[in-house]
Amino acid sequence: MTSVAIAQKNKIHPHKFTLWVAIGSILMMFAGLTSAYIVKRNQANWTSFEIPVMFWISTAVIVLSSLTIVAANKAFKERAIGKYRSLMMVTMVLGVLFIALQVIGFKQLWDIGLTLQKNVAYSFLYVIVGLHGLHVIGGVIALVVMAAKAFSNKTRVYSAVPLEVMSTYWHFVDVLWIYLLIFLLLIK
Amino acid sequence: MSSVATLHDAGIHGSHDVHHEHHHHETFITKYVFSQDHKMIAKQFLITGIIWAIIGGMFSVIFRLQLGYPDQTFPWLEDLLGHWAKGGKLHPEFYYALVTMHGTILVFFVLTAGLSGTFANFLIPLQIGARDMASPLLNCMSYWFFFLASIIMMSSLFVQTGPASGGWTIYPPLSALGDASQGSKIGMDLWLVSMAMFIVSSLLGGLNYITTILNMRTKGMSMTRLPLTIWALFFTAVLGVLSFPVLLSGAILLLFDRNLGTSFFLSDIVVAGKILPNEGGSAILFQHLFWFLGHPEVYIILLPAMGMSSEILSVNSRKPIFGYMAMVGSLFAITILAFLVWAHHMFVTGLNPFLGAVFVLLTLLIAVPSAIKVFNWLTTLWRGNIRFTPGMLFAIGFVSLFISGGLTGIFLGNSALDIHLHDTYFVVAHFHIVMGVASFFGMFAGVYHWFPKMFGRYLNNVMAYIHFWVTIIGAYLIFWPMHYQGLAGAPRRYYDWSNWESFKNFGGLNEFISLVAMIVFAVQLLFVFNFFYSIFKGRRVTDKNPWGANTLEWTTPIRPGHGNWAGEIPEVHRWPYDYSKDGKDFIPQDTPVGDDESKH
Repeated sequence: MTSVAIAQKNKIHPHKFTLWVAIGSILMMFAGLTSAYIVKRNQANWTSFEIPVMFWISTAVIVLSSLTIVAANKAFKERAIGKYRSLMMVTMVLGVLFIALQVIGFKQLWDIGLTLQKNVAYSFLYVIVGLHGLHVIGGVIALVVMAAKAFSNKTRVYSAVPLEVMSTYWHFVDVLWIYLLIFLLLIK
Repeated sequence: MSSVATLHDAGIHGSHDVHHEHHHHETFITKYVFSQDHKMIAKQFLITGIIWAIIGGMFSVIFRLQLGYPDQTFPWLEDLLGHWAKGGKLHPEFYYALVTMHGTILVFFVLTAGLSGTFANFLIPLQIGARDMASPLLNCMSYWFFFLASIIMMSSLFVQTGPASGGWTIYPPLSALGDASQGSKIGMDLWLVSMAMFIVSSLLGGLNYITTILNMRTKGMSMTRLPLTIWALFFTAVLGVLSFPVLLSGAILLLFDRNLGTSFFLSDIVVAGKILPNEGGSAILFQHLFWFLGHPEVYIILLPAMGMSSEILSVNSRKPIFGYMAMVGSLFAITILAFLVWAHHMFVTGLNPFLGAVFVLLTLLIAVPSAIKVFNWLTTLWRGNIRFTPGMLFAIGFVSLFISGGLTGIFLGNSALDIHLHDTYFVVAHFHIVMGVASFFGMFAGVYHWFPKMFGRYLNNVMAYIHFWVTIIGAYLIFWPMHYQGLAGAPRRYYDWSNWESFKNFGGLNEFISLVAMIVFAVQLLFVFNFFYSIFKGRRVTDKNPWGANTLEWTTPIRPGHGNWAGEIPEVHRWPYDYSKDGKDFIPQDTPVGDDESKH
């Protein structure tokens, strides 16, 4: 290994760094939406709303999935492949469950007449929570790919980088959700 | 045990370090189409950008024809545009569509993707000493998202109701209501979807540029040894990554308003006597979201041109750049201020006057870093041993245009004056000179300077000099008179002024501007011819370092393969601006520092 390569080794892995910049970028989109929300709230025609109960359950689910992916990381580094596989499966299932709960929450709102078009307040709720959901779906797709790789006997994966990138993203959508929930609770 | 995993990560880099030519088999598809080589992706961006520039430029010629000759008909227009130019006279709806698409194409597809996409991709790995981008795959995807955006935008030109026609700023309610105008129907939806794809492309590119610059520099290439091109491209990427997502959120809300019956931007609207059910929305909210991107976008366009001009001015003056750290500092200051001035586009929206005063102050503050940059460019040229290569001429032209256009920015940044000047030709003149033409000059400078590195051949100099002189004289002849039209109150985006008594005397001037615009457009076609002709028939480059430049891209072979350097990546020992030092004409960055060498 040459000196250039050694100098490279001491830096953060480029893929991880790319993810951090991407997180900054995604945050700007939500910052745009939440500031638009604040501006709008101070104008006429705003109704306050209750957060559906389902969103509380989904919060518990996504926090739990963050814990399982931490455990999956630990299992991967200990080369406990069986444990790693099952933890990845559990995380994936929790991710899908989170999406399902969000959809049920929306359905309940819709059924009591609080539709997308009802009031700008609800429009914002649907768009913000929906866009977060899309980011979780992206994460679930990545989890499916990672889990498929974990179960494949053909490819032997030694690098922890993809898993670490995956976990960071997963924690990010978790923290983003908690932030959005607190935001919607405080400013409504 | 975790060390096993991390050791392996480093191994990935180790194996790439000494490059083997033709390590992987390349087919036509992987080499020219879905290439992951940053140099090929740069060329893809450049050529797509050129195609867009011809279309966007052609549009301006057509609507200038209407402005210059409002009472004449041109039968060939009907052959070209069909029902949009019945009897050879441009349809007013289509005039707006042309103005809108001219703006959209040139701002986003040419001067953002065509400029940053080309030069960030081409120069970042070559100048920092990297084999490729941090993620070649994301880079490839960035181009193909841009291509997809291009296809969608292009297809909107051919739909029955025509492309988007509410101006490139797509303000609602015009853009939000399909019934508002022809261009607000399917054309507007295609515009929004295309822009969403475009934003994804910009973000993927920007992520890669930032990571590559911070993470992949060769040994010895500290941040303070980076060429100014790289600094400028770095700040450009930061601006893009932080501001484009906000436009995306605005575009998403607009799509909801258009197609799903929400009222984010709509309230109390009556169309053709019918009251719309939408209430509670705010059209001004969209302007905030739009200009939070829109203003940084101006610098996304301008900063790469600044960076490349800095580099080219220094190389061709055979002098170190004057005030390197001041140049970096002023780029940084411009980047910060870019996010804090968006409301100066909205002085006449009923903005709180106190808030307006804050935005006036912040806007005028931009004059400080801009003046620092101009001062440093001029002092770099001062008593230099100047070589007037085509690239150098365009870089000097950039400085000239940046000064002329920047000065009128001080007028417009003043909220009191802006009440009079807003939406007049004064604004058109200002932003075309300072951001449109100036950035084009930066781009041309870059193409002329780095063409030998891109294609291993030179552009034809005779055509290049004709291109430069006609373009710079033409640019001033087109846009200088527009300042007077604007001061007289002539509004922008109007199809025909001839019904106003007060603007009647501008008829001759308008005809003159349109004539010059056609000549300048013809000369751009000459450049395009020169570009493609020289790729195949240009004079071959025989010297690895034809301009005698210090930066690392000139240490690669004349036609570098994928991986850039045949052997090891060079190590960097000095900053890139050691020109005319200690009796030597230039000292490349990979030359070790001698014992008796003086400090710069």
